[in-house]
Amino acid sequence: MKLTGAEIIWECLQKEGVDVVFGYPGGAILPTYDAMTKYPQIHHVLVRHEQGATHMADGYARASGRVGVAIATSGPGATNMVTGIATAMMDSSPIVCITGQVGSKAIGTDAFQETDVTGVTLPITKHNYLVTKPGDIARAIREAFYIAKSGRPGPVLVDITKDAQQLTAEFDWEAAAPRLPGYRPSHHAPASEFARAAELINFAQRPLILAGQGIIKSGTTDAVLQLAKTAGIPITTTLLGIGAIPASSEFNLGMMGMHGEAWVNQAIQQADLLIALGMRFDDRVTGNLKTYALNAKKIHVDIDPTEINKNVPVDVALIGDLREVLTVIQPLVRKAAHAGWWKTIQGFRGDSAVRDIQSLPDSGHLYAAHVINDIWRLTQKRDTIVVTDVGQHQMWEAQYFRHDKPRSLITSGGLGTMGFALPAAIGAKFACPDKDVWVIVGDGGFQMTSCELATAEQEGIKVNVAIINNAFLGMVRQWQEFFYDKRYAATPMTGPDFVKLAEAYRLTGLRCNQRAGVKATVEKTLADKKTVVIDFVVEKEDTVFPMVPAGADLDKMIRRPKQDVMLESGSDKDWEMPAVTVAVARNGHTKASPRKTQTAKASPKPNRAVAPKGAKAGRR
Amino acid sequence: MAKHTLIAYVEDVPGVLNRVASLFRRRNFNIESLTVGRTEQPGVSRLTVVVDATEAGARIVEANLYKLVNVLRVDDLTHKPSLYRELGLVKVRVTARTRSEVLQLTDVFRARVVDVDEATLVIEVTGTPEKIGKFEMVLRPYGIVEIVRTGAVAMARGHEPLSAAPPLVPTAKEEQHPDAASLSMSV
Ligand SMILES: Cc1cc2nc3c(=O)[nH]c(=O)nc-3n(C[C@H](O)[C@H](O)[C@H](O)COP(=O)(O)OP(=O)(O)OC[C@H]3O[C@@H](n4cnc5c(N)ncnc54)[C@H](O)[C@@H]3O)c2cc1C
Ligand SMILES: Cc1ncc(C[n+]2csc(CCOP(=O)(O)OP(=O)(O)O)c2C)c(N)n1
Ligand SMILES: [Mg+2]
Repeated sequence: MKLTGAEIIWECLQKEGVDVVFGYPGGAILPTYDAMTKYPQIHHVLVRHEQGATHMADGYARASGRVGVAIATSGPGATNMVTGIATAMMDSSPIVCITGQVGSKAIGTDAFQETDVTGVTLPITKHNYLVTKPGDIARAIREAFYIAKSGRPGPVLVDITKDAQQLTAEFDWEAAAPRLPGYRPSHHAPASEFARAAELINFAQRPLILAGQGIIKSGTTDAVLQLAKTAGIPITTTLLGIGAIPASSEFNLGMMGMHGEAWVNQAIQQADLLIALGMRFDDRVTGNLKTYALNAKKIHVDIDPTEINKNVPVDVALIGDLREVLTVIQPLVRKAAHAGWWKTIQGFRGDSAVRDIQSLPDSGHLYAAHVINDIWRLTQKRDTIVVTDVGQHQMWEAQYFRHDKPRSLITSGGLGTMGFALPAAIGAKFACPDKDVWVIVGDGGFQMTSCELATAEQEGIKVNVAIINNAFLGMVRQWQEFFYDKRYAATPMTGPDFVKLAEAYRLTGLRCNQRAGVKATVEKTLADKKTVVIDFVVEKEDTVFPMVPAGADLDKMIRRPKQDVMLESGSDKDWEMPAVTVAVARNGHTKASPRKTQTAKASPKPNRAVAPKGAKAGRR
Repeated sequence: MAKHTLIAYVEDVPGVLNRVASLFRRRNFNIESLTVGRTEQPGVSRLTVVVDATEAGARIVEANLYKLVNVLRVDDLTHKPSLYRELGLVKVRVTARTRSEVLQLTDVFRARVVDVDEATLVIEVTGTPEKIGKFEMVLRPYGIVEIVRTGAVAMARGHEPLSAAPPLVPTAKEEQHPDAASLSMSV
């Protein structure tokens, strides 16, 4: 069957099972847009900025496990995609980006809107293609999908010249099967390594599982839980591993790392065995590598051989798909309980500063932690996906929204891309139209991609946008508070009237600046059929605790100063955290009088700005 | 840190050298030399990369090379009995008085003169990178006008194949490249 290159593109997308694409037209991709009208089965979402298209494809992929697709024109259209592609690369998200390119004869002439897109995206894609002939399109697209989703997933870009879209070629799907002699997505660890791993597990006294996003990618929640149960091993997750293990599981200690739980980091430092499952020892996770988990042997399970010994030298590497590895190792593992170790960890827990949420005063002021925790409580019975942006609100979400299901938290971890949340949430909603999708976003990040509200409105989809408005680039302000003597250079930030902004987009805008108003606001939001934007006006200078300063030892965390410890506010009573409550009683803090209605700014916090020795302002 | 010589077979497609070079730059690996040329198999090129790396570093370089989709096979020759060769062209200043000395040195190094004029000689020398370095050193006092070196190429000795890796150009059989639909676990 002879088709134009443009038609071949759509035929291939259809054959790959694509139901929605996110894109933006322009000269070099026009033939493809023209052919689109013949393929009504594939829904095209017109975005407002190509970065949005890539984040939408990414959000779609993370919510569903399928490949997300974004389309843009040459030059500026393609370069606008760069941030989204790099975001997907860092977090191993399978997306395929299709870009138009100037005519093949014009390549290299600095033609109008010509950019060397395969050159630009070479280091931020898993692989990319420049296609100049219509006959090569089908194979490139098939290979792109295959590469994007197999092995360690990632973004693949296919740059197609305008003439390749216009000319015709024979379309033969079968003949276009991937031919990738050098591509090895799967690996199989040798039996001897499994035996060594099992021995380490069976002889460990203080083992700990580090659960990463690989568990979500491989869908191995149950297998990991079974391993933990058999061998009595506590589990901690990375930021991207949140949801891989239910927050409500007794085995789940919470998040590790820079803003992880203090007791988790202490446990890592004390453990005699770390079992890393689909996580890559990011520097936000390890802190100072020289002092990281020196007491522990390490088993690293990862599908990507280049992750082994990259940051942390390991004793046993099991390279392969997590599902396969867990299946093989499970029968080799002996039953154990490690009661002493669990008790030690409970001890660390008791020693920890009381969690922020319990020490925040119910002073009438609104705290981000309360807002996020309340949204969780009020939506617990519903099937919810939360998409967060980057900053303080992202960390509070990780701490106070309890995720029980894989793929229920979508966040930019590795690149930390502000502006990710709203477009990624729109993508997630297209992947899971039956779920509620909440956006938790800072006032700064929201303003980076808020134009996509128009996309939501035009598409008639509903996402619930909770802006945590602290009138600051809060996370940067926090670093300035700790490491730059509170010199708030370029972090105080104004914004538009977010309620009016929502209304200008013909959406619903709400505002809430009182703890007492959160419930009604959330209920109103859920009842509304449209996308709702909520301006949660929160305490301006609030701090994410605990914190490991960049490059500091993992257990040298900055804790919430004891002076801040307050009685639980009334509505927090049902917050279940028995270990902490015991500790509080032991430390006598339950008798501390509630903080008078002071703003955070005016309250005395002598310890706040004191960073531990050796802390330095690293990169953020 | 020590020198490691890696051989990479790559698909001969546009941009492949760029991908390899970009990898070394991005991952901050130190390349000493990189050469590329055709092989006995059509469509397959052979790269010889000499890197300065620790043993663990070399393993990471190897794993990263493998991760490039167009890289077919990688071998580290460092610990195998191997032949190393490089070619150099040296243009050296000579006078009536020094000409014969330089010719003598050329002989000692089993090099040969490939161009002569009244003031210079161009000498072609092949051998290990060390030998060429030495040749350069002994000629330096006469005045080197220009020097060009190809970078090392290497080959393992003996009749054993390089490694038990999969064939260089696997057939495009479907079972080796599972169709997208049959992939479920890794997504
Ligand atoms: C402001 C900010 C603060 C942060 N603070 C923290 C923090 O306190 N704690 C924290 O943990 N993170 C934090 N992060 C996130 C951090 O930067 C990393 O993104 C995160 O730690 C990575 O988690 P991961 O290793 O689980 O996931 P990834 O980076 O996605 O790595 C997953 C690994 O699993 C492997 N894999 C994939 N599929 C499979 C499979 N099928 N089988 C086997 N292996 C597989 C991959 O090869 C990869 O190595 C923060 C980010 C920001 C922006
Ligand atoms: C695109 C981009 N630019 C800059 C940064 C650096 N950065 C990290 S967090 C942050 C502040 C975010 O502020 P806001 O969105 O208001 O969230 P908050 O921290 O106040 O919750 C900044 C500027 C980034 N991560 N991404
Ligand atoms: Mg803010």
